[in-house]
Amino acid sequence: MISKILSIIFLQLFFVNAFAQTKLFTKTGTISFYSKTSIEKIEAVNKKVLAVLDVALNKIEFSALIKGFDFEKALMQEHFNENYLESDKYPKAIFKGKFDEEATLISSAVDKTVTLKISGNLTLHGVTKPVNTTATFTIKNKIVSATSAFTILLSDYNIKIPALVSNNISKQVQIKINITSFQEMK
Amino acid sequence: MKKIIPFLIFSISSIQLLAQDSSMISTIDDNKMDVEKITGTFKSTRVINAHSTEMLHKGDLDFRIMHRFGAVNTGGKEFFGLDHASMRMSFDYGISNNVMIGIGRSTLLKDYDIFVKTRLLQQTKGGTKQTPVSLLLAAGYIVSTQPSFATVKPTFSDRSSYYLQLIVGRKFNSKFSMQLSPLLVHNNSTLNPTDDKNILGIGGGARYKVSKRMALMVDYHHKIGELDAAITNPLSIGVDIETGGHVFQLHFTNASGMNEKGYLTQTTGKFFKGDIRFGFNLSRIFTVGKKSKRW
Repeated sequence: MISKILSIIFLQLFFVNAFAQTKLFTKTGTISFYSKTSIEKIEAVNKKVLAVLDVALNKIEFSALIKGFDFEKALMQEHFNENYLESDKYPKAIFKGKFDEEATLISSAVDKTVTLKISGNLTLHGVTKPVNTTATFTIKNKIVSATSAFTILLSDYNIKIPALVSNNISKQVQIKINITSFQEMK
Repeated sequence: MKKIIPFLIFSISSIQLLAQDSSMISTIDDNKMDVEKITGTFKSTRVINAHSTEMLHKGDLDFRIMHRFGAVNTGGKEFFGLDHASMRMSFDYGISNNVMIGIGRSTLLKDYDIFVKTRLLQQTKGGTKQTPVSLLLAAGYIVSTQPSFATVKPTFSDRSSYYLQLIVGRKFNSKFSMQLSPLLVHNNSTLNPTDDKNILGIGGGARYKVSKRMALMVDYHHKIGELDAAITNPLSIGVDIETGGHVFQLHFTNASGMNEKGYLTQTTGKFFKGDIRFGFNLSRIFTVGKKSKRW
């Protein structure tokens, strides 16, 4: 009886470990976005992005605090939080996605660069919309890094630009993601 | 029994596994929010007349035009006060995120005013220690340059006034903010010999946001001290409208003075007898200095 229980516990511990080893994460990912019109260039960066990547399950997730975006102009940052993204109401941007191909390619210890297709859902400003993109993973000296970029339409996420400043803010915004090194989850 | 126990253990741990899978992020999100500054307590650095808990950001230049028409109860002959106007024009500048200075000129009594305003405490949330309120201090000097026809001309010193204002404000939620702002004005000379040179005003201001870009505003000061019987307490009620870089403040007020000495010690209108003026403040912020690039 005891031995049976013990064996099950051990078995499960082992499983949990086995799962954990295929998970990579970071707390210092970078997301930047860029809007350019003839009048004004707007860019902001968040360097505290959370990301988790499960190689075995082919899944990837991101989470970024809206208030964590840093702008060049403080007034822009205030308007971004107060008027456009309403960060008190919708504090986070979340992406949950799946690799369309086998993500096990990433877990190899051999140095290489792989580009994988990702499809998922981005939740921003209380609206969830599908996003398809590709991500480039680079494995060098067993350190996994990744970059990706895609474009979103502000109108898709119910972000309204008043007519008075509609020439200052681009209707589509380019988003760049950069993770310099994933850590293994223990 | 023998079979149940391992089954239970197994199911408990599988639940854990499932829980992990539903949101992988939650496994690394330790819910330890960084200290977060509460911003946007008011839309502008002035509630209506009084300094608010808002500060200019470093390098921001705020060009403000404050405008007050004549009293509404002067009737149709005076086009309900719109025939008359009084204004204050000012430039405010953010030296740092916690210190700003300003210079203004009012048409009323040809006043010049200068001030420095500093934030001593910033309301925050999250982290281990929260700050429930913002605390600011404003100090200013006002001089009237209106020509005098008195037989004994007032000296420069006689024309001078000083003020000190403490502002304690809190953003209660995304819609409602309130502040208490005791104001002490010292006038070097007074209208009547019995008037007090030091006048204390117990100030209060509040905002209620009705939409993302519009808010209802109220600004009041209750004066304590001996002044001419005609002097009343300044009350202003209005709306703030924000459009990108501009803030428009439209209101009704009984005060025609727009600097601290003017509104606290020279207001004569009786608000509830219709002795009120339509007024607006227009604020346009220019980003002169830029935040140092951190990426």
